[in-house]
Amino acid sequence: MSEFNISIDGMDVAMESGQTILAGCSSQGIDTPTLCYGDTLTPKNACRVCMVELEGSRVLVPACSRKAEPGMVIHTESDRVNQSRKMVLELLGSSVDMSQTDHFEEWCDRYDAHPERLISPDAHTRVYEDPKLDNDLYGRDYSKCILCYKCVDACGEQWQNTFAISVAGRGFKSRISVEFDAPMTDSACVYCGNCVAVCPTGALTPMTEYHMRKVGTFAPERQTETTTVCPYCGVGCNLTLHVQDNEIFKVTSPSDHSVTHGNLCIKGRFGFSHVSINRRGNLPVD
Amino acid sequence: MSDLRFRNEVATPHEVAAIDAALPADARGRRDLLLPALHAANDLMGWVSPGALNHICRSLNVAPADAYAVATFYDLLSVDELPPVVAMRCVDLACRIVAVPAVAPEGMHVIESPCLGLCERAPAIAIRSAGEVPSLMLVAEPEVPVQIRGPLSARIGVLDPASLDAYRTSGGFETLATARVNGPAWISDQVDTAGLMGRGGAAFPTARKWRAVLGQTVSQHYVVANADESEPGTFKDRIVMEGDPFSVIEAVALACLAAGADHAFIYLRGEYAVANERLQNAIDSSTSAGLLGELRIEIRRGAGAYICGEETAIFNSIEGFRGEPRSKPPFPVEVGLFGKPTAVNNIETLVAALAICRGDGVSTKLFCLSGHVARPGMYEVPVGTTLGEIITMSGAEHSDVQAVLMGGSAGAFATPAEFATPLTAEGMRSINATLGSGVVMVLDHSVNMADFAGRIAEFFQHESCGQCVPCRVGTVRQVELLSVGDRALLKEVDQVMTDSSICGLGQTAASAIRSAIAKGLL
Repeated sequence: MSEFNISIDGMDVAMESGQTILAGCSSQGIDTPTLCYGDTLTPKNACRVCMVELEGSRVLVPACSRKAEPGMVIHTESDRVNQSRKMVLELLGSSVDMSQTDHFEEWCDRYDAHPERLISPDAHTRVYEDPKLDNDLYGRDYSKCILCYKCVDACGEQWQNTFAISVAGRGFKSRISVEFDAPMTDSACVYCGNCVAVCPTGALTPMTEYHMRKVGTFAPERQTETTTVCPYCGVGCNLTLHVQDNEIFKVTSPSDHSVTHGNLCIKGRFGFSHVSINRRGNLPVD
Repeated sequence: MSDLRFRNEVATPHEVAAIDAALPADARGRRDLLLPALHAANDLMGWVSPGALNHICRSLNVAPADAYAVATFYDLLSVDELPPVVAMRCVDLACRIVAVPAVAPEGMHVIESPCLGLCERAPAIAIRSAGEVPSLMLVAEPEVPVQIRGPLSARIGVLDPASLDAYRTSGGFETLATARVNGPAWISDQVDTAGLMGRGGAAFPTARKWRAVLGQTVSQHYVVANADESEPGTFKDRIVMEGDPFSVIEAVALACLAAGADHAFIYLRGEYAVANERLQNAIDSSTSAGLLGELRIEIRRGAGAYICGEETAIFNSIEGFRGEPRSKPPFPVEVGLFGKPTAVNNIETLVAALAICRGDGVSTKLFCLSGHVARPGMYEVPVGTTLGEIITMSGAEHSDVQAVLMGGSAGAFATPAEFATPLTAEGMRSINATLGSGVVMVLDHSVNMADFAGRIAEFFQHESCGQCVPCRVGTVRQVELLSVGDRALLKEVDQVMTDSSICGLGQTAASAIRSAIAKGLL
């Protein structure tokens, strides 16, 4: 593995071949916004929020996917980069509901993005879809979907190999879909929830969380996370229990866990309701 | 993918027969046969039914959600039931500015279609009939002969396009024979010395591409002939393929020799039915006459998606995936079709390379004249002819011209003040325009430029693949901001599309509109 230097914002940064510009930025503590990038997936570089300026390139390049090459000179804070990031945030915010996307507001502040600028009262198109609540385990609200392809990749060849969903349609009408837009219960879905785990915008949420948000009881300040080991089989997957008011409402797995890489099966991810059912025997048997 | 799950719908015996007939016996696992199989079902019924989709997926071992995703990507494929006969009425630029619009036959189901590539015969409607023998019938102005001829168009309309003998008598396949003797380096040297640049729009040096592919150590190389001509205003490749199909096949074989490829695909625009038939005949008769040696040339029909003319989207489309562009690098010459080194060349580029190796040089270029001209059609004129001269040739009075769209929707406008500019890459650059795919669409003073520009914006909204945010949302915002007239914000949206889109579609989606504003046409 060869080592070489690139320049990022005037700093010499040591890189290894195969590393991305994003890795170089992170090593220098440069905070780069990302949405379609996930640490357990190959990014589709579709969201274009991480664009940086590469000297000699006609267009900006995606930090998350572009591999570093010796001698590259990168700028992450130029006017052109800031303007591009601002506009991508505005395009996103003007077309879908970004209210459940981590860091979105913070990034809008940082780049002076005002999505409402692009919401013209006379002519405005955005994604309006009724939430698809066709199964008991997770909800799909595609008015929050930015088409980052993470759920498709997690369901398909990058992790689960189930291929229940894909991107159907074209252009602004593209949607994540089962064949013939069938309900999830008619699909190949095995309810591993690995799509839910990688969704960056809250378009996919466990039904427990979905209902809490809907009725207004979802309260991050009352939530804790506890990592434990899944009790169901002998693999030993790590589980992170997300608890509010002494009830588990979501289960994830750490994405850096060597066994799961953030993935679980239906039992580990969704099989937790028995914990809080108080009919279970809690008295000594006579 | 051994344990795919299917829903219950079953294909009819008719559908099964049509799909099976389109697939070889060993189709299982051949995802690249997905598009041909979808075409087979769609051609028979006029749409792809859930049962047909299931049968295709079982035959190829492709997940139904994936096949549905591919089917819904293309305009010519429908997953909703349609009548067997539909009229595709072109609503794009050349057909939009005619005095009398085309009317579909009474009672027929009409689909508004982007540019059909029949701009010299505008206004155009293509009537598609599904059935055992599917057909495509054109309702358009009569076919026009090549207006001005040169080495690239000498045989068109002169020789029988179905006759190998006629082609060989006129010297056909002699150049390929010479090239076989002289070898790949000789071909690229000839083409390099002549200075041939790609003529699909990007103007990349052709010889450099072939040498790069030839030099790759991986044994399998491919050539893809890009015949997905979809840039509004462009029809030259269709005329070449229909009128001189054997030249195209000889030219593809020459490119394969230069790039060290033994397998080529011609990715043909789905609506080009006549070209399809004539090219297939040319391949079959050349192959049976032993003129192609071990070389395999396959035609793959596109299915209605402008983006598939992008050089990496074309790979995804052939491989049976959605026609979404790939990130570059890696470049196609290293990692292309099926992951192998691949040269992608436009049809005109290929026949120009053949003309160079034949000793005819490359002193001419094909232009597509349409719009408000007396003699629309294909013009093969010397490089360096001025814009004003070609407009004079087409029979348009200069004083009648409001503007000329150069290079198509992804191009730019020229004004009468710029008519002295030569039709060269440098010349066009000097007036912030482009040769692009050779579109010269003349607009007289009757054209409402706001409407015309609005259609260009709608075209890109319709054709954006939807993969990246700047293009997927930006093309929508461009339509909106153009209609409400917010120029400042439009400029910002245009900039992010140009700077941050994945591929050339998004990067050029604003160029014609930007040019119309800069030149005071809007």
